Amino acid sequence: MKVRAQIGMVLNLDKCIGCHTCSVTCKNVWTSREGMEYAWFNNVETKPGIGYPKEWENQDKWNGGWVRSKSGKLSPKQGGKVRILANIFANPDLPEIDDYYEPFDFDYQHLHRAGESKHQPIARPRSLISGQRMEKIHWGPNWEEILGTEFSKRRKDKNFDQIQADIYGQFEKTFMMYLPRLCEHCLNPACVASCPSGAIYKREEDGIVLIDQDKCRGWRMCVSGCPYKKIYYNWKSGKSEKCIFCYPRIEAGQPTVCSETCVGRIRYLGVMLYDADKIAEAASVPNDKDLYQAQCDIFLDPFNPRVIEAAKKEGIPQNWLDAAQQSPVYKMAMEWKVALPLHPEYRTLPMVWYVPPLSPIQTAAEAGNVGMDGVIPDLKSLRIPIKYLANLLTAGEEQPVIRALERMLAMRSFKRSQQVDGVVDTEVLNQVGLEDWQVEEMYRYMALANYEDRFVIPTSHTAYAENAYDMKSGCGFSFGDGCSSGGGVDLFGGKGQGVRQVIPVDMKE
Amino acid sequence: MNFFDMLVFGIYPYIVSVIFFCGCLLRYDRNQYTWKAGSSQMLTSKNFRIGSNLFHIGIIMIFAGHFAGLVIPYEVWDWLGISLPAKQLIAMGVGGFFGVLCFIGMTILVYRRLFNPRVRASSSTMDTTILLLIYIQLILGIASIFVSTGHMDGHEMKNLMSWSRYLLTFRPAEAIEFIGEVHWIYRAHVFWGVTLFALFPFSRLVHIWSVPVKYVNRNYQVVRQK
Repeated sequence: MKVRAQIGMVLNLDKCIGCHTCSVTCKNVWTSREGMEYAWFNNVETKPGIGYPKEWENQDKWNGGWVRSKSGKLSPKQGGKVRILANIFANPDLPEIDDYYEPFDFDYQHLHRAGESKHQPIARPRSLISGQRMEKIHWGPNWEEILGTEFSKRRKDKNFDQIQADIYGQFEKTFMMYLPRLCEHCLNPACVASCPSGAIYKREEDGIVLIDQDKCRGWRMCVSGCPYKKIYYNWKSGKSEKCIFCYPRIEAGQPTVCSETCVGRIRYLGVMLYDADKIAEAASVPNDKDLYQAQCDIFLDPFNPRVIEAAKKEGIPQNWLDAAQQSPVYKMAMEWKVALPLHPEYRTLPMVWYVPPLSPIQTAAEAGNVGMDGVIPDLKSLRIPIKYLANLLTAGEEQPVIRALERMLAMRSFKRSQQVDGVVDTEVLNQVGLEDWQVEEMYRYMALANYEDRFVIPTSHTAYAENAYDMKSGCGFSFGDGCSSGGGVDLFGGKGQGVRQVIPVDMKE
Repeated sequence: MNFFDMLVFGIYPYIVSVIFFCGCLLRYDRNQYTWKAGSSQMLTSKNFRIGSNLFHIGIIMIFAGHFAGLVIPYEVWDWLGISLPAKQLIAMGVGGFFGVLCFIGMTILVYRRLFNPRVRASSSTMDTTILLLIYIQLILGIASIFVSTGHMDGHEMKNLMSWSRYLLTFRPAEAIEFIGEVHWIYRAHVFWGVTLFALFPFSRLVHIWSVPVKYVNRNYQVVRQK
């Protein structure tokens, strides 16, 4: 047993209101730079939909993630090492910028400068890459916002597999949910495996997956290797960039920006202990549907004395073990089993998990329009098909999704009878296998969701810290041009990263 | 001794090699963030696969051919039983074949770099310059094949091989004796080639140093401490 710790995340989709605050605050902090305008480390998609970049979930098209050979060995779906190197001159699986969207800005100045005319002046879009006029904007990180495209296009959503999807095109049958997406900081990351330079690495102490910007050579294999398409090629710097899980904040014990600013309080951060020796075994179980359980099996119980002892032997500090025992992520994923991984079938063992959303049902159920299964409404009457959620979260295995949804419904039902009727209704809890103290805790974490319960982040231990003495007289963060401020001429052709070189547009009146 | 020859073919290559090695070292040490392949594939991939693959395969083979011709001593070829005329014929055939492949690929890439609005706007001056310089060098190289058909005995090639041999063994005065007589197109090709090495550390060509050979024997996963 080799114990390692990772800060994991859970998103409670049941409470996501799709406000995009996470995306905007993330963008403002990390990717508001030339070359990265198109990149959203965090974006919120409306499902069903094909998403951003287009059809990212369709690995028949993009070849992301891993495949298991008949002998049980895993290799990246885009090809093993030799094939990756053979494709290094031109990556056949690389999305084009149009699959994300061509970044644009509007000619706001025209509104100020336009002369008197018969028609109101407008600010038209132009490309931030070529500077040319864009007649039409075709796609974006939330293009299908609240089902904003035709059903025939959304129908291509990979999660519709094995679903009679066409009826969901009817207005009465339509359904939607939000899916905020960020890097999964996987236990078995395909991007790391695809990087020919070895520039991408997983940090041992907190599991954050980072790209060493100095070592990255821009071979762009990670972009196609990641099945979640959460690595972005910076077309200006020629290096790939990705969500850094706000590691400077995490190290200081603060939540990531997306979590901190989430108005719906849907995000949870906490320590998970896992057995690093079992990663390969868990990622290569034969059946896709077993991957969720296999990943659960490598997580370790932070209360188990043997685990604690082994963790201490690995040098995991006490405050991390304390945090692991308080971890909201462990509670939701392991104790209550309400959080599930996103697309475990990619075999990357993702570490950002999701609580599936309930959908309109209960009012209809109470009106007698849908079947009841005991006190809990029959989940088949949920607006969002269980199979759809299962395709999204458990590789098509419906049982874990049903258990999670039933437990959430049971919690509601229990609290409702407790608070409104003044009755303690344990029958509903028995039905879903929960104790009343567990439900009270679930209620505290999932409904009230206080800040200190949502974010249990141990500060980076001094044992992990760099020797500060060696860093004296350093330059702090720079774009690789030593201590220069980035101005002036760079002998080696480095482009100023902090400035936006606006390409002027000829305005024809 | 011709002063011009001494300057261009005797001294200039040494100055260039200092710029080449020191420049690369300095850039790698001081400014590694700028060390990259600089691919623009994601801006537009139209015709990119065919263009980039042809160009890279062509130019790698051509580079290997030049290495074989200019660096490996001709005694080795004698020992292998390859006579001078035969060697010239192989060089013309193989070089011509990959030269044409490379030319097709480069034509696509040059067109893309100059006329695709996205690629053009995101190119630095050096990106465009180095591409055009290599293109010219490639055209000079292909053109020299036609000149070579005029003397199939291989003596011109031997002259050039001798030039590089004496230069590589630090005897520039002898070296330039061999290059004074050869056709101007070879001389232009040599000068242009040397110049490319001078620009190498300041351009995206530095990615050649970073061929990821270590990847083949690496573990898939990389775990590092902070």
